[in-house]
Amino acid sequence: MQMTYLEAIRKGIQEEMERDPDVFLLGEDIGIYGGAFKVTAGMLEQFGEKRVIDTPISESAIVGAAIGASLMGLRPVAEMQFADFITCGFDQIVNFAAKCRYRWGAAVPMVIRAPSGGGIHGGPFHSQNPEAWFVHTPGLKVVAPSSASDAKGLIKSAIRDNDPVLYFEHKALYRRVKEDVPEGDFTVPIGKAAVVREGRDLSIITYGAMVHVAREAAETLEKEGVSIEIVDLRTLAHLDEDTVLASVRKTSKVLLLHEDTLTGGIGGELAGRISEKVFEYLDGPIVRVTAPDTPVPYSPPLEEAFLPNAAKVAERARWLARY
Amino acid sequence: MSAPAIIRSHKGVDQNRELALEFLRYMATMRAVEDRIERKLYRQGKILGGVYVGRGQEAIPVGVGLTAEADDVFCPSHRDMALFLIRGIHPRQIFAQYMGRVGGLTRGKDGNMHMGDMNRRIISIISAMAASVPVAAGAALALKYKGTRNIAYCFFGDGATSRGDWHEGLNLAAVLKLPVVYVCNNNQYAYSTPLAKQMACANVVDRAPGYGIPAEMVDGNDVFAVHKAARRAAEHARGGKGPYLIECKTFRMTGHSAHDAAEYVPAGLREEWAAKDPIARLEKKMVEKDWVAQDEIDHMHDEIRQELEAAVEWAEKSPYPDASELLDNVYESA
Repeated sequence: MQMTYLEAIRKGIQEEMERDPDVFLLGEDIGIYGGAFKVTAGMLEQFGEKRVIDTPISESAIVGAAIGASLMGLRPVAEMQFADFITCGFDQIVNFAAKCRYRWGAAVPMVIRAPSGGGIHGGPFHSQNPEAWFVHTPGLKVVAPSSASDAKGLIKSAIRDNDPVLYFEHKALYRRVKEDVPEGDFTVPIGKAAVVREGRDLSIITYGAMVHVAREAAETLEKEGVSIEIVDLRTLAHLDEDTVLASVRKTSKVLLLHEDTLTGGIGGELAGRISEKVFEYLDGPIVRVTAPDTPVPYSPPLEEAFLPNAAKVAERARWLARY
Repeated sequence: MSAPAIIRSHKGVDQNRELALEFLRYMATMRAVEDRIERKLYRQGKILGGVYVGRGQEAIPVGVGLTAEADDVFCPSHRDMALFLIRGIHPRQIFAQYMGRVGGLTRGKDGNMHMGDMNRRIISIISAMAASVPVAAGAALALKYKGTRNIAYCFFGDGATSRGDWHEGLNLAAVLKLPVVYVCNNNQYAYSTPLAKQMACANVVDRAPGYGIPAEMVDGNDVFAVHKAARRAAEHARGGKGPYLIECKTFRMTGHSAHDAAEYVPAGLREEWAAKDPIARLEKKMVEKDWVAQDEIDHMHDEIRQELEAAVEWAEKSPYPDASELLDNVYESA
């Protein structure tokens, strides 16, 4: 069935709520208003106030309450209105939720949805990609779908997972991505990357909105005779190292691409693992294309310069292919 | 632990007498366990790291904890050991926990009062104060969601009431009318910081009207008074009327942690509070009311001491975790 990325998230949540009465939603403006982006539109009408809870503007309390409820066996799906505000719940996420199982064996089966990413002229506080902070925290799982199918399959897996899962949904994809999504009980496993484009000469490892940028760059280079493989990580914490390393072994050249800023980003972690484990296979330096180390700027020319795009990726990929 | 014989030897004719014996058993056990930890095992170098005890505050977890039903949820602070005893955690597990042994509740993954057990509905504290306040609201939300009559009890100190989580959690619980009893053990010091530097209002309860929550202040060293207040609070929460705040005025009869001599406490203040010791007060009342003879009380203390000897021995025999456990349980499965 054809649906947008946003509709796919909604559908996934809806199906899980129909399947399991312990699944409930909480967050700011998610009920009557249907969410700032309308992801939860219609949920209040379908499931009622008990299961779709509008909360005060209190990210820490939203996360804390989700933890408490999940310790008791419920499966809360908490919404951060923008991923940028997740910092207000940081302690609850990294110190409470992430460490319960390790410290005292208690499961925290909750999901935090975080609309992230730029390209919507949102400025410094409505555009960030804060995933790396959480990828660095043992005990959390972090996913970031790029397609409508993965959006649905991963939200369903996240809700069923017995560990805390952060679900970064890219705002720029909400209505831009529309495709056939499998119906019914279809899930995408957490911890599994996907080779979304087969190629011979160079691997681009990426996730989220940048998968689409990578595709565009790959098509440009295809015309120049360079064959590019694209690995969509899908899961960022608890990541699928095998698929990444297999692709690097195959092409011997690797470009790491993310919309998040450079320093301390996931690209650095991947570069470390690739260099440790498949160094002998490399025929060129590991290249990173990311946003620069600045806040996300507002004005269009600045934001455009900030975000990685197909032209920037193609340029670096061309250079690497010739290396 | 099993009840000392002194309790079993009497049949309940006077409810207050029975209650007093129950209070005393838990308060005295908590004091004895913590004395052993702070004044012996820590000094012997058998416990490393932080040791936080609730000496002088025993009436609070006991008075409140004994109002709970078995399926109610506890979120203890780090000075509420009696809540664990009330839920059937054996002192030997607590000693093992402090010593980093596998017999402890966290198998050495965490130390001291950083422990919990969802099978007994005890949610572990974390070090960032007040983090449990919204978590308790969430646990209460689950109890309400499931249609039970159970409630959550959340404990914290005066210092915790300065943190954002405290305010966010109380507000959320109030807005959603969640069944939580919030219990402040106001011991007047947060580490070295006295109350006057913690907040500009005189009492923690003064903060409650801002959230539309009923609150009451109670003598935290009078276990009967604490118990009565907690019963009112529990009845309110169980009745679907939302959260309730109790402020128990007490004093921290020790440093923040075992390493802290608390020289910042003005001369005389601790002595003043020593005279209000909750255990001594309870015992005096029990003897005055002729509920029990002094030698019977002494006998109870002896029994507890003996039981703890065996508990320490058990804990010391409990092995340290093997280093191979380091990577276990970060996630449900590897």
